[in-house]
Amino acid sequence: MKLTVQAIGVLGPGLDGWASALPVLRGEAALPAVATAVPPPLRLPPPERRRVGQSVRLALAVAEQVFAQVPHAPATTASVFASSGGDGENCDALCRSLAEDVPHASPTRFTNSVHNAPAGYWSIAAGATGPSTSVCAFDASFAAGLLEAAIYACCEDEPVALIAYDMLYPQPLHALRPVLAPFAAALVLVPGHAASGLARIELSGYGAGTHAAAATPALEALRAGVPAARCLPLLEAIARLAPAGAGPAGVPPAGVLPAEVALEGLPGQVLRVGVSPCR
Amino acid sequence: MSPIQPLPITAYTATSCMGRGLEATRAALAAQRTFLAPCRFLGLELPTWVGEVAGLDEPVPGPGLAAYDCRNNRLAALGLRQDGFLEAVERATRRYGAGRIGVFLGSSTSGLLQTELAYRRRDAVTGALPAGLHYAQTHNMFSLGDYVRRSLGLAGPASVTSVACASSAKVFSAAARAIEAGVVDAALVGGVDTLCLTTLYGFGSLELLAPQACRPFDARRNGISIAEAAAFALVERRDSPEAGAAWLAGFGESSDAHHMSSPHPEGRGAYEAMAQALARAGLEARDIDYINLHGTGTPSNDRSEDAAVMSLFGDRVPASSTKGAHGHALGAAGALEAVICLIALRDGFMPGGLNAGEPDPALHTRYLRRNQAGALRRVMSNSFGFGGANCALVFTGGTQQ
Repeated sequence: MKLTVQAIGVLGPGLDGWASALPVLRGEAALPAVATAVPPPLRLPPPERRRVGQSVRLALAVAEQVFAQVPHAPATTASVFASSGGDGENCDALCRSLAEDVPHASPTRFTNSVHNAPAGYWSIAAGATGPSTSVCAFDASFAAGLLEAAIYACCEDEPVALIAYDMLYPQPLHALRPVLAPFAAALVLVPGHAASGLARIELSGYGAGTHAAAATPALEALRAGVPAARCLPLLEAIARLAPAGAGPAGVPPAGVLPAEVALEGLPGQVLRVGVSPCR
Repeated sequence: MSPIQPLPITAYTATSCMGRGLEATRAALAAQRTFLAPCRFLGLELPTWVGEVAGLDEPVPGPGLAAYDCRNNRLAALGLRQDGFLEAVERATRRYGAGRIGVFLGSSTSGLLQTELAYRRRDAVTGALPAGLHYAQTHNMFSLGDYVRRSLGLAGPASVTSVACASSAKVFSAAARAIEAGVVDAALVGGVDTLCLTTLYGFGSLELLAPQACRPFDARRNGISIAEAAAFALVERRDSPEAGAAWLAGFGESSDAHHMSSPHPEGRGAYEAMAQALARAGLEARDIDYINLHGTGTPSNDRSEDAAVMSLFGDRVPASSTKGAHGHALGAAGALEAVICLIALRDGFMPGGLNAGEPDPALHTRYLRRNQAGALRRVMSNSFGFGGANCALVFTGGTQQ
């Protein structure tokens, strides 16, 4: 399956936006030691804005980032949301109230507990009435989301937005499922190899293999520590297509070779993604 | 939107409070009675009725899979063992190879119950959860997909789709596209959801639980009855040697973009999903013989769906919700009701909706209140969920391809 990545959004510790993350992703600058800064979901109507939790804010922030870079209208673009754990803070709060002597659940917490809460809030924020799905594959959630999004774009011949996000569980669940930091990434994909965009990609196979690591120890720690950050080797490969100082959609330098990234899939498996510059 | 090539469904099965497997499900539908009962789950005396599956007492089978033991995976294991489904998956594995079969399952809560119960046994001093809680294998949304793929030895792409009550309808579209794209040759699709505290108390907090068995499309309808179910289907490439009995002919998906927990009042998203499903099936509204409605039994859900069905179909097409018999299986509802549609196609009957003795003058769909015989060629199944997720599926019988 051949696609073109039109834009990328990224939000994590020391990473906030594609353009500012480029030097880090190219290995030219160190990952700043800054916690993930999640902006408020300003596009949501005030009643919904008051109700959403951190996972929705995180997912919507990268969706906003990515749609700010492309002409595609969010209202008419299909979406795929991928997350391993959904909203860990909300899950913990619900489990606590359900464990009390008189069990109870808050209506808002229950509504926000569905795995597709970010998709639902995004559809309201953006007026997006098209198809949207929300998937989970534990540590392979990013690869599963990318595969689902690519299949959608190629079968329907339409653009699609992929939004991957994961946040922390508070204790006591954090001890069982330690996620390193809140992290989210978004990609707008169009089918086929387009003349312009950040990169051409080709999903060439899913199967047994050894997955790639991120290029620097700091990014590898992030990749291994957050399911949604399993996208980092792909983001690095795309970042390295654009020469330093050329901007996010720069003309690739002569001699840049296509790369193949083996993204982490289910245990022992990889999703192979070829990456090459747009011409 | 251009029509798709119908894909063969070469095996299917369902286990719910109506019984284990197709024969029990068929007999239960023929009996036209409810299998819902007052909630006694975990000794909780909640003022509502539920559709509980009896006999989930044995740990999950499978070598090396003990960590996956939880109510949801037990129901998955029980459901997979019915109707020769495992054998059908084995034949497909021999045909295509384990790496060419995808696993796309739907659930709303997977094995969350395991963690809910563990929170009651937190260490009084440290607050730590008790030993023996396996997060990845039970709580995580993917635990269902992981258990199923490991227990069947499948090695293709796998994921759990979780879009609330539309989850296991949407996996049929995911499977159809994955086959069309050539990523897999076959896909095990379905849904499994089991009773848990989050859904029982959560729907209770929203005042959406009926105090008796739910009454979809009745004037006195007053909420849902939560249920559990496991339902599976094997969707294959068009050239499968086992093709012939049942086909996935169309699917449609949309988002309401309206409200997190209430449907669009005119059923805008539901209309769009049904219209897309018809277009993909290459059919007109008049070609559909029966609609299995989402029909949850809340006042607003049924009103919204009625508006959408009337806009697209008028009052010509017989329709019913079977949830009065089996309850609302949430993330498993789409797959359970898809299997009921496949039974209806094969047996030539339309299941009547139970507990709808008092028609609502505000609803205009041609609502079936009793089982009715009739040769069916094409049926539609609707599933809508929180977050405004909508999915409609079209299934066709064996002689139409």
